[in-house]
Amino acid sequence: MIHFENVGLRYGMGPEVLRDLTFDIPKRSFQFLTGPSGAGKTTLMRLLFMSLKPTRGLIRMFDRDISVIPGEELPLLRRRIGIVFQDFRLLDHMTTYENVALPLRVRGKDEASYRSDVIELLKWVGLGERINVLPPVLSGGEKQRVAIARALIDQPEILLADEPTGNVDPPMAQRLLNLFTELNRLGTAVVIATHDLTLMDRVDARRMILSEGRLDIYD
Amino acid sequence: MTEQAGPSDNQKRERMVTLRPMAPIVPPVNVSGHALMVVIAIMSFLCAMTLGAVTMVQEKAEAWQGDVSREITIQVKPDDGLDMEAALTEVRTIALSFPGTLSAEIVDRASTARLLEPWLGEGFDMDELPVPRLVIVTIDESAPPDFSAIRQELANNVPAATLDDHRAWANRLISMARITVLIGVGILTLMFATTMLTVIFATRGAMAGNRHIVEVLHFVGAETSFIGSEFQKRFLLIGLKGAAFGGGVAALGFLLLGAWQSNSLATALNDQVTALFGRFTLSGAGYFGIVGIVVLISAMTAVTTRLTVIRTIREIDRQRADPSLAEIG
Repeated sequence: MIHFENVGLRYGMGPEVLRDLTFDIPKRSFQFLTGPSGAGKTTLMRLLFMSLKPTRGLIRMFDRDISVIPGEELPLLRRRIGIVFQDFRLLDHMTTYENVALPLRVRGKDEASYRSDVIELLKWVGLGERINVLPPVLSGGEKQRVAIARALIDQPEILLADEPTGNVDPPMAQRLLNLFTELNRLGTAVVIATHDLTLMDRVDARRMILSEGRLDIYD
Repeated sequence: MTEQAGPSDNQKRERMVTLRPMAPIVPPVNVSGHALMVVIAIMSFLCAMTLGAVTMVQEKAEAWQGDVSREITIQVKPDDGLDMEAALTEVRTIALSFPGTLSAEIVDRASTARLLEPWLGEGFDMDELPVPRLVIVTIDESAPPDFSAIRQELANNVPAATLDDHRAWANRLISMARITVLIGVGILTLMFATTMLTVIFATRGAMAGNRHIVEVLHFVGAETSFIGSEFQKRFLLIGLKGAAFGGGVAALGFLLLGAWQSNSLATALNDQVTALFGRFTLSGAGYFGIVGIVVLISAMTAVTTRLTVIRTIREIDRQRADPSLAEIG
């Protein structure tokens, strides 16, 4: 589904922050992306989300070479990816429900067709009582769960989550992990960038470890 | 999505949740939106006032020009042995014999005396002075008579008569009117350019506060045209409200000034204002022009918004294309 080959990335004239990355993310796979702070996890997540282009190397997403994809096709390709940003990126003028429904709304779907799905998902991530609340009133953990729900609502082919359990307590982290594994069982590939070793120990999954710009993979 | 539950349970749970009506994709007017609306209202007001003033000047100039060129004067100078009354009648007959003349009126002795009153005082005897007499001829402006032919005919039959077609006056007035209108159009053009630039920069300023929304929409898979339309709708409304308010106040101002002038005729203040500025009556074309300004400024706001959205998305993608513009992760 995703193929990286000798991918390198540098900022300006600086040293390469990512070097010679070659890996595949197969369909229905589950992997953790980990490494020390500043190792380039977020940068790699952005490459996977096509919000950055590599300085060198080849990236193929859904059998397309991303270096030749025209700008207007990017949104259509991104619809196949669910992403949880580290800084959540929720819209403050929309309620929890409206934020989660946003990806479906921009696809032109009728609200009646997704209302129950959105409410159910919000209840599942523990926000059943916060459906009509605006983001500024939510705690960090609640915002994170809204961001996760928004990424999952359209059942993407791949889910990219940057520190998705960073702001929640262990029981909620476990609940979210269960959600990710359930999603993976239903056919979605999952990439979770995390520092949390306990979380990684709970699932027998591939580990991609970034260190000094290089990637080691432990299947 | 992942919970095991029957449809009836789902419906039961859903029924218990009350949702507010969906919030618009683009938030309702915020502080920068209000500021933009005020800027648009002020610029529309100034633009409409300028347009109204230029229209009034142009119409006034045309009216002067029309008044002067609608009439010609034939002057008959007294001469020894000339029967003035017979000469005046003949002049009138000659004038009326040409196609293009609508009427010819002899200024009678009493009217001539009144004309000379300011210089010669009341009760003077016209027969004692060689006072020239006038025939005022009204002409068809669209098909004026052949002035040189009239002159020739007058020279042959009444040598004491001379024709004044007011051409010298008319030419000077036409030149003055043209220059006045040209200056007005120049001011209007500058005003329009300033308005457009102000609206463009104010819109871009207001849009800068919405960049994060464009970014989120772009990243959740919204197409550029969808994002552009959503913002365009919101900003078209802002532009329309601001421009309608500014243009409306200007139009109302012209209406009230016109009504005040009509209702306070012959007062000293009104006479002075009218002498200085003329009548504040705006024609239908003037009001139509104000409506045009409102539409143009609203459209300009909407188009600028759309272009700003497209530019913002291009910037996001340029960042994608050039990693040196992005933050280190």
